[in-house]
Amino acid sequence: MSVIAFAKNWEGKFKKSTYELVSYAKELAFRLNTQTLVLSIGEVEESELEKLVQYGADKIISVDDSRLNILSSRIYAEVISQVVNKEDASYVILSDNNSGKAISPRLSVKLKAGLAAGVLDVPKSLDPFVIKKQVFTGKAFAYVQIDSEKKILTLSKNSFGIVENPTSLNLVKFTPELSDDLFKIKVKSVESSDNKIILADADIVVSAGRGMKSADNWQPVEDLASVMGAATACSRPVSDDGWRGHEEHVGQTGKVIAPNLYFAIGISGAIQHVAGVSRSKCIVAINTDPEAPIFSVADYGVVGDAMIVLPELTEIIRNGE
Amino acid sequence: MKILVCISNVPDTTTKVKFTDNNKQVDDAGVQWIINPWDELALTRAIELKEDGNNSIDEVCVINVGLSKCDATLRKALAIGADKAIRIDADPIDAYYVAAQIADYLKNNPFDIVLSGIESSDYNGSSVGGMLSEFMDCPAISSMTKLEIENGNVTIHRAIPGGKQILELTTPFVGIVQKGITNEPRIPAMRGIMMARKKPLEVLSAVEMESLSHIVEFELPVAKASCKMIDAEHLEELVNLLKSEAKVL
Ligand SMILES: Cc1cc2nc3c(=O)[nH]c(=O)nc-3n(C[C@H](O)[C@H](O)[C@H](O)COP(=O)(O)OP(=O)(O)OC[C@H]3O[C@@H](n4cnc5c(N)ncnc54)[C@H](O)[C@@H]3O)c2cc1C
Ligand SMILES: Cc1cc2nc3c(=O)[nH]c(=O)nc-3n(C[C@H](O)[C@H](O)[C@H](O)COP(=O)(O)OP(=O)(O)OC[C@H]3O[C@@H](n4cnc5c(N)ncnc54)[C@H](O)[C@@H]3O)c2cc1C
Repeated sequence: MSVIAFAKNWEGKFKKSTYELVSYAKELAFRLNTQTLVLSIGEVEESELEKLVQYGADKIISVDDSRLNILSSRIYAEVISQVVNKEDASYVILSDNNSGKAISPRLSVKLKAGLAAGVLDVPKSLDPFVIKKQVFTGKAFAYVQIDSEKKILTLSKNSFGIVENPTSLNLVKFTPELSDDLFKIKVKSVESSDNKIILADADIVVSAGRGMKSADNWQPVEDLASVMGAATACSRPVSDDGWRGHEEHVGQTGKVIAPNLYFAIGISGAIQHVAGVSRSKCIVAINTDPEAPIFSVADYGVVGDAMIVLPELTEIIRNGE
Repeated sequence: MKILVCISNVPDTTTKVKFTDNNKQVDDAGVQWIINPWDELALTRAIELKEDGNNSIDEVCVINVGLSKCDATLRKALAIGADKAIRIDADPIDAYYVAAQIADYLKNNPFDIVLSGIESSDYNGSSVGGMLSEFMDCPAISSMTKLEIENGNVTIHRAIPGGKQILELTTPFVGIVQKGITNEPRIPAMRGIMMARKKPLEVLSAVEMESLSHIVEFELPVAKASCKMIDAEHLEELVNLLKSEAKVL
């Protein structure tokens, strides 16, 4: 019956989204009148695991096998399913990020458990189990009923929040049975881009579009981002034309993000762009055209030339720190 | 080698989504149907690989689980350059059902590489490719941004947060395609459209299969309150509002 949250680590550390995940699992377990189990895969220090107690982990299960420090969706799904079966858990919750998206479908087939991807809220009802998720890339929502006995959810970022709910530490180790055959993919090398803030994790995102006129005009965008500790992003034509890398492209065919604060600078607000950012808590639009559609989805707007507005705004924020 | 590309038939990205039947059905009226954007990129890359002489890819097929309204989209895939299309005739209920149907087809019709998109732009499941790989019991490459085959050796790039992994693996595998896999999706040329008419579009009946979930109801987002305009001469006001009103700075 219990709820298992899969707490992914990044080089041995958890992120805010992990705390949100555990907070959510705790709330679900509370409603179901059951236990919150948290599963960690790969080597993580005990002091880091202990942090999860703060958000309501009744039991932490650690699989500290160094072969599992690099994520493989196939192996992780196998490990999670072994733990689910051992604990006789009914609910598995993962974050709706790259790793959650890669693991959850495999787990769904292994456990024959219905999957609701990108859920946005606590269940609307428990029996039948109905839950709200995003469809049509933020243009609508759907209430999905999961009919199978076991259920898998991936939780959208910033949809529940972090809630403290301290318990006491109950840490156990688990050793899964894994055949050598599973370790077949060879990672030849890993390349990381410079130490920039990762878009999917960022609380603040500064995004710019074709209104910047040329790739050479990005310094003011970078400056504003850096003064706030924000990630940078862009509209599709900007990445298509090679002004910025593909990893910055947000929208229906790019990344879908939900930061606390999103700046849309020189972006007109096409439906495909807005679809990818509409779950941002607060949107600020800066555009020369007062009629630009972006203003109809923004919370705050400034009509003006980005090349003038951005440096001034950056100065004000820097001086206010 | 043979490549199978999974094709989801989705509303054009400019579609204003509406619902009928008490918010229980998507309103199809006036909707233009397209190949899911990532599936179009996957198909383009598969055709590029077939055309490139350095590998032994001799067939590119597309498959869809859907009703006859999907045929136009499959014809488009043939016009872009696929050799053959398969439609499993069923109303797809959830991603598990779709993946199970395709997996069943693959049992008797093996492929070396199966490509899917990272997400279908309608139901945003990000599920079918991963599920398929589990049914096939083979590796899946999530967020695949590059696929090269030379003399049977497969090299793949996978996007990871803040960088990429470079992988080597053997077939069969499922590649879950992300943007970057190719530059531009191909557009059907006149000659392709003519040729597509002669290419096979096979319609198969679905096998008995359960689904694990279904949609009960849809909902549209509530409209945002109107935008507060700030004078470009008084940007300190914006900063104050972000700090004290929105509490996001
Ligand atoms: C299938 C499909 C999928 C798509 N997916 C996406 C997607 O995922 N993401 C995406 O972004 N787009 C997507 N698009 C493209 C989308 O339709 C728009 O074309 C695109 O978002 C426009 O980008 P933009 O706002 O940067 O440029 P434009 O629409 O050209 O807007 C530029 C804006 O800058 C303003 N401006 C000009 N000069 C200045 C200045 N000096 N200072 C401030 N403002 C200025 C202008 O008033 C204008 O509003 C997709 C399109 C299709 C067909
Ligand atoms: C509740 C519900 C109601 C639905 N109602 C309808 C409906 O009314 N009409 C309708 O046509 N469909 C309907 N669908 C099916 C839907 O269009 C998808 O085919 C299926 O659910 C997978 O969606 P997904 O978002 O999980 O796909 P994802 O897992 O996000 O798709 C990823 C990739 O899988 C492949 N793929 C996805 N779907 C298919 C497919 N059908 N055939 C071949 N390859 C595919 C593509 O390569 C795609 O890029 C419904 C689905 C659900 C869950």
